[in-house]
Parts: sequence; C-alpha cells; structure tokens
Amino acid sequence: MSEKKVIDARGSFCPGPLMELIGWIKLANVGDELELLSTDKGSAADVPEWVHKVGHELVGVREEAGVWHVTVRKAK
Amino acid sequence: MKILIVGGGMAGTILANNLARRLHGELRSGKVKLTMLSASERHMYQPGLLYLALGRMTPDELYRDQASLLEPGIAFFVDPVEEFQLDQNRVKTKSGTVFDFDILVIATGSRPVPELIPGLAENSETFYTEETAVKMFRKLQAFAGGRVVIAMGVPHKCPMAPLEITFMLHDYFKDRGIRDKVQLHYTYPIGRVHSLENVAKWAAPEFERLGITYETLFNVKEVDGAAKVVKSEEGSEAPYDLLISIPAHRGMEVIEKNKLGAGGWIPTHRHQLTMEGRKNVYVIGDTTNLPISKAGSTAHFEAEALGENIAAIVKLGSPVRDYDGKVFCFIEAGKDRATYAMFDYQNPPDPKAPTKAVHWFKTAYNKLYWVSARGLL
Repeated sequence: MSEKKVIDARGSFCPGPLMELIGWIKLANVGDELELLSTDKGSAADVPEWVHKVGHELVGVREEAGVWHVTVRKAK
Repeated sequence: MKILIVGGGMAGTILANNLARRLHGELRSGKVKLTMLSASERHMYQPGLLYLALGRMTPDELYRDQASLLEPGIAFFVDPVEEFQLDQNRVKTKSGTVFDFDILVIATGSRPVPELIPGLAENSETFYTEETAVKMFRKLQAFAGGRVVIAMGVPHKCPMAPLEITFMLHDYFKDRGIRDKVQLHYTYPIGRVHSLENVAKWAAPEFERLGITYETLFNVKEVDGAAKVVKSEEGSEAPYDLLISIPAHRGMEVIEKNKLGAGGWIPTHRHQLTMEGRKNVYVIGDTTNLPISKAGSTAHFEAEALGENIAAIVKLGSPVRDYDGKVFCFIEAGKDRATYAMFDYQNPPDPKAPTKAVHWFKTAYNKLYWVSARGLL
C-alpha cells in the first residue's frame, strides 16, 4: 500500500533538500509519495529538474510561509 | 538516576565524558549511574581513513582502547544492544543482560552499504573501513595511469570526503609524476559539485583550474565491471580505469530490526534531540534522521548540547538549551592546503580560500581528536 512521507529538510544546507530527497526516495516503495519541506527557494527548481531527469513524477510544488512543499511520487 | 548510552563512537564517547565531568559529584554519591554499551572494545578515528588510503597514516594510528578514553565513573561494557524495549525503559544485550534506564541515548552510528548498488563493492575502491582503505592504498600504488572516476551513493558519511579525495588524488598523482597520465573525473548526485552552494562555487573553478572534469546530477545506478562503466540513474555513463566510490550509508541493522526508524535513521527532534514520541530517549550522531551532515563534528556538537541538557535535567529538572544544527567541517583542498565550512540551521557557510595554516590545523586535529573524544576540546 502506498504511503506519504514528509521529509523535513528545512534549514538543511548540507546535505541539502535535494540530497535528502534522493536518500529517502531509495527507501520508499514505487507509488509512494514524498513531500519535501525546504526553506531553500532553489528547491522549487532543482527538485523538479532531477525528478524529470530520473523519471519520477512531480505531484506538486507550493510555497507556504517561506517553506516550499515539493511532492514527488516514486515511479520506478 | 540511570543514564544509559548505547554506542561508543564519537557521539557516545564525547557525551559520556561530558556527563561524567558535569555529574562528577552525583556519580560519586551514587545518585547517578552512567553506563555505556558498545559493540567494540576499540575506538576508531574514522576521518583518518582518508589519509590511510593515500599512505599518509597507518592503521595503528586510527585506534585507541575505548576504555582508555573514558572518564572514571563510567561503567563500560562491550556488549551490543539487540533489543530496545522502550516502553519498559530497558534494553537487552547480545549477552542476554538487561539494562534499565531512566534516560537512554542512542548513538549507534551508521555503516557503509556499497552492496545496495549492483557491481559497486566488487569494482570500486573505497576508504570507509580499514580493510578497504588499505586495499585502495595498494591499488593506487599500482596505478600507472588512466581515467579515475569518483562516484558516490546517498546519503554518505562525511559530505566533504568526495571533494577531499578528489583534490588529494590530484596532488598524489602529481607527486608521483604521473598526473599527466591520469584523467580525474568527479561525479555528484545533485546539480552542482557540492551540497553547500558556497563550497560548490569555490570547488567548481578549482576543478577547472586543476584539469579535473566533472558531471553533476549523477546518481550511481550500477557498475558494469566487465565493461568498466558506471551507469547513472539519470541515464548517463562514465567509463573508468579506476573507480573510487563513496558508498551510501544506512543506520545500524539493530535500529531497523527494532523498528525504530526506516533505513536505521531514528526520527529525532531537531532542537531537543529527543526521539520523536519519547521524552526520555535521545538520539545523537549519524543515527538521527536530521537533515544535517553525517559527520564527526555534528556528533560532537550534538553531544555537547545534550550533555549540558541531561546534566541540567539531573540538577534542575529540565533541559536548558537547544541544539542549533551547528556543524564544522574541514575541507582538505590538496595535500598541503585546506579550508573549512561552518554552518547551522539558520546560517549557511562562507568558506574562505584554502590555506596551509588550516591544513596544519587539520593535521594537528588528527592527533587532537583523542583529546576531543575525552570531551576536553
């Protein structure tokens, strides 16, 4: 059964939000959603770029009170 | 009060010594009992493995007897925990002994897992254990030239290691007089050459100046040892003659077996360092799921904050400070120059140009570590 996991990468400079997502997506099952929380506005661009390149699915990107919520579904 | 520390690495050792000093009187009077359980009777200085792989440290320099590092008053047992019975405030060890606690600190660390990527373990050289670092040293000595690829898994311990080994390999081959016969090719999982933006801004032009090529957005999918090619999740391929890998890491198996956290990473409060959902269980070092570097300095600063808080709980009834996410990492930029990155949850690093002085300090720290582990530095 698919699950949704929240990855709280707020304030993460190293390893940083995208690296956090890459690490956690390896532990997820195909079909799982991962919601990445980031205070780095760069995540709104670099996460979708990586997701597209690897072939996962970008579910959505929204900003709320200075926190970017980037949701990704593991596709393979 | 019974304080139990599980794990005798950097985090657990600094914390134990910090507490032994802060609670000296309470330990003498018997009001507090401080116990450490570890899987090993030896303590390794893990950052030394980088130098070992390049022939600049020897294996014996990496170790001390764990008991020799601990303050008097700490009860130390080489008896790893197998069962965490948190609802009953106790753990059960490999020997079958049960240890009760009022406060538990989990600092079991992490482990490299190259086997998660097909072909990586058998076709690459790495330096995350003594055995593999010595093997890499010998392989480098025998290497006469060709294409060297640096590749890594995620997450990995010591986020500076990929840059450091690359810069140090440049100098290593230069010193051997074969740099012109070696192509150094660096790969990195995200869209720049390091997680830290300011470090990446410094390192990329430095690579170009030294003739080191690089490819970003490169996550290792598999290694074809027969064809000598590394394939990425992103669809690209990197041919190699010698592959240097920084393996992905996981938390310890005992954490996963006890269902304390996926991947062996325990959900942890970023400021209080409590295990999520528990008031008397703390997590420090690599074992946390916090989005900060898995590095010795992280363990060090967490241990200092937690030591102050646990001592305050004993003496005042409540913790007194938050952990602010502080990390300080040296960055070796070659054989004789280095810089550093210091940052926390709020403030990004601002690395300066590498100097010989910082390298000398790092070299000194390779010895001073033993003072640090004793909680004195």
